[in-house]
Amino acid sequence: MIYLELFLGFLKVGAFAFGGGYGAIPLIRETAVAYGWLDDERLSDMIAISESTPGPIAVNLATYVGSAQGGVLGALIATTATILPAFLIVIILMNLLKNVIKNEGVKSAIDGIKACVVGIILATGAYMAFNNIFFVSAETVFDWKALAITAALALIYFGSRKIKKQGISPILLIVIAGVTGVLVNL
Amino acid sequence: MKKLLELFFTFAKIGLFTFGGGYAMLPLIERTCVEKKKWITGDEMTNITVLAESTPGPVAINCSTYVGNKQKGFIGALFATLGMVTPSFIIILAISFFLERFMEVKWVAGAFYGIKLAVAILIIDAAIRMFRKLEKKPLTYILAAFAFAAMMAIDIASVRISSVVIMLICATVSLIVYLAKRNKKKEESK
Repeated sequence: MIYLELFLGFLKVGAFAFGGGYGAIPLIRETAVAYGWLDDERLSDMIAISESTPGPIAVNLATYVGSAQGGVLGALIATTATILPAFLIVIILMNLLKNVIKNEGVKSAIDGIKACVVGIILATGAYMAFNNIFFVSAETVFDWKALAITAALALIYFGSRKIKKQGISPILLIVIAGVTGVLVNL
Repeated sequence: MKKLLELFFTFAKIGLFTFGGGYAMLPLIERTCVEKKKWITGDEMTNITVLAESTPGPVAINCSTYVGNKQKGFIGALFATLGMVTPSFIIILAISFFLERFMEVKWVAGAFYGIKLAVAILIIDAAIRMFRKLEKKPLTYILAAFAFAAMMAIDIASVRISSVVIMLICATVSLIVYLAKRNKKKEESK
């Protein structure tokens, strides 16, 4: 039953996504792949669209997957499931357990999770970059174009911070990458 | 009712005009809720940031729930959070209806070939930013390195182990180390 799967799948995303939208990406990736809802290609597309449209990234991804799998009702269910844990936890913490996140033991467990999430996100990004460049398809073992563009984009993105403090925005990077993609595929 | 609608539309506006997810919203939430509406104090805004970082789920939802609950209790939290998600829900729903057909256009597919490469960079950048905010101590580095290696191994071997398992291991290790240190201190002070 797709609606139940969407609800449970995104409940897990909402309950374990620490560190904002990008923290949700490894979870959405594993959930969506396990159920066969998304491949890495479409996930990348949707991350870019979520970054370039307003609103929380995790919520945007949930809405898209829900809609693609189960129409408007599917979108409603996936979105609700994603925000439900955060909503309930804040309500409970504010009303009943005001001091629980000041507890040193709880704090140390959360610190452990925060450190862990950094490793998980980095691995996800590195793995996706690797897949963009190597073993892209049965014929292409090494896509040198992808490597060159990735290197150039990284140089522009990180290099711009040396010139201007803020550097270029993620949206501008996406636009530059899109235009480059169109030009090399003409 | 007037207050509930105000919560809904204020957060709808915040949700509609911020790109790049929850952390990008914090300055606008502060300007709107602390300075303009005076719904919460500056100290509470700091609390929200800590709370959002220490609890799972979208940061934007943590914020809207907190402010809504503060103003009008549970029902206020509900209206604020619904306001926060409604604009992007409608936008993404509309996009999802034509995305598949849109992707078949040749130049669009070309554009997304490039964008895919940028997304990997953005994810790596998000990890670097989060790494910089971590407490600088050996255990942090060990756990981050362990999680990276474990997640890589899971991806490469494509085994079905959830990243949640890695998170629970790291939380447990961190808690055990804390408890061990505390016991040692207690014994020393005896």
